[in-house]
Amino acid sequence: MTEKKPTPLLDNLEAGPWPSFVKELKKSAKSPMVQDLLGVLERSYEDKMGHWKHGGLVGVRGYGGGVIGRYNELAREFPDAAEFHTVRINQPAGWFYTSDVIRTLCDIWERHGSGLTNFHGATGDIIFLGARTSEIEAVFGELIEAGFDLGGSGSCLRTPSCCCGMARCEWACYDTMALTYDLTQTFQDELHRPSFPYKFKIKSSGCPNDCVAAIARADLSIIGTWRDDIQVDRTAVTQYAAGGQIDIAADVVARCPAGCMTWDGRSIGIDNESCVRCMHCINAMPKALAPGKDRGATVLVGGKATILGGALLSSVLVPFLRMEPPYDDLKELIRAIWDLWGDHGKNRERVGEFIQRIGLGNFLEQIGLDPQPEMVAQPRTNPYISYEPKEGRP
Amino acid sequence: MAQIVVGDVTIEVDEDGFIQEPEKWNVKVAQALAETEYVNELTEGHWRLVNYLREYYQKFGVAPMIRKLCKETGMKLAEIYELFPTGPAKGACKVAGLAKPTGCV
Ligand code: SF4
Ligand code: SF4
Repeated sequence: MTEKKPTPLLDNLEAGPWPSFVKELKKSAKSPMVQDLLGVLERSYEDKMGHWKHGGLVGVRGYGGGVIGRYNELAREFPDAAEFHTVRINQPAGWFYTSDVIRTLCDIWERHGSGLTNFHGATGDIIFLGARTSEIEAVFGELIEAGFDLGGSGSCLRTPSCCCGMARCEWACYDTMALTYDLTQTFQDELHRPSFPYKFKIKSSGCPNDCVAAIARADLSIIGTWRDDIQVDRTAVTQYAAGGQIDIAADVVARCPAGCMTWDGRSIGIDNESCVRCMHCINAMPKALAPGKDRGATVLVGGKATILGGALLSSVLVPFLRMEPPYDDLKELIRAIWDLWGDHGKNRERVGEFIQRIGLGNFLEQIGLDPQPEMVAQPRTNPYISYEPKEGRP
Repeated sequence: MAQIVVGDVTIEVDEDGFIQEPEKWNVKVAQALAETEYVNELTEGHWRLVNYLREYYQKFGVAPMIRKLCKETGMKLAEIYELFPTGPAKGACKVAGLAKPTGCV
């Protein structure tokens, strides 16, 4: 172990009242690995460049992913941080733990790695930071023993994740956690043995508030919605009006993006056919309004954050799908997408980019779906679509 | 940099054990590399994969995508993992003496 070296540049990052990753690292600095990690980091600030090499390849027997190899090019000076691999662990759906489980995970990690964790990574996995190659199989063995498994990495199905849905949230239009668990179990092969052109993320939100931001980053988003009318509790509306904490005309009705609400000072009117299920009015008046009773999900495709290409938002693929086990329709759809994209996608081409390249029309035809108006962004203002507004509607 | 010694050949390998001097690859080297990836003996199935990977790599300068590998060798992904427990990218490509794959096999 290298002895404790001064880290004046990193110390600067501890100043101020806000959280600091340096503070957190120093708390764990009893591990020689973390000590050397701080050393490498300080050097990176001195040199104004990173010292991590790109693209290591380590793993466990039977899996093609789950561990990301990280090597440091200053291995001679900082031998305890020479190998600092990342281990991804499939989180429980909705991120629920008992404190016992967290203790078990942390104990495993203190025995075999740096002790540094990240609850949770962008995809949703639990992340163990800083493993030596020689410890990977041991960590894996103990995780399995504790009932956990590795998550996805590389060109595979990444660990599916979801919002806490029905466990805590009254807006959930379907059981996101049950679906996520089911998909995770169904697609174990695709998760652990990469065989896609590039990564594929599935994220599930219980309602259009989309708390896991599926629409902006998942290749397949499953977002809860309803087909019938928003439920209105007239008494509660009156109470909101009388209570005065909220100005129904200005804060709710005027902000409805579809312009489909009315307010006469006493009762709320909603033209449900024009409602775009944005959740605004429901979020603003949670005691008075609620999603309808005929519930399911909208399936969207093609979202991604900026990596190789630019960011893409998802587009609607299936406007409404009922979400009940065993979710056969959804699974069939997912398999059809993988088959087509798997056969014709280019190396490192996300499914959204693939659809842009071949065209949505071709894509739908190949996976056997009919085009629908919901697939078009803002169909009523799109110049390629003729739309006759009914009287009194935008 | 680390090295492996096979008979009278010494070859440079990277941190993950991929050989850095592809021209020194031969059958004995493949066997030595296989042992580092939990493969004790290279059978006919192993060679079908290794030979295909080498041919493809020599032609195109990259490793094939996994789906193509399965199709062309007629092997299911699960069978490939039975032969190479660490998978086609880490196991088979290493034994075949290919450069380390980046994203895909
Ligand atoms: S996405 Fe909707 S259902 Fe899920 S936690 Fe957020 S508000 Fe609740
Ligand atoms: S959910 Fe959105 S679009 Fe629908 S009525 Fe409420 S505010 Fe308007």
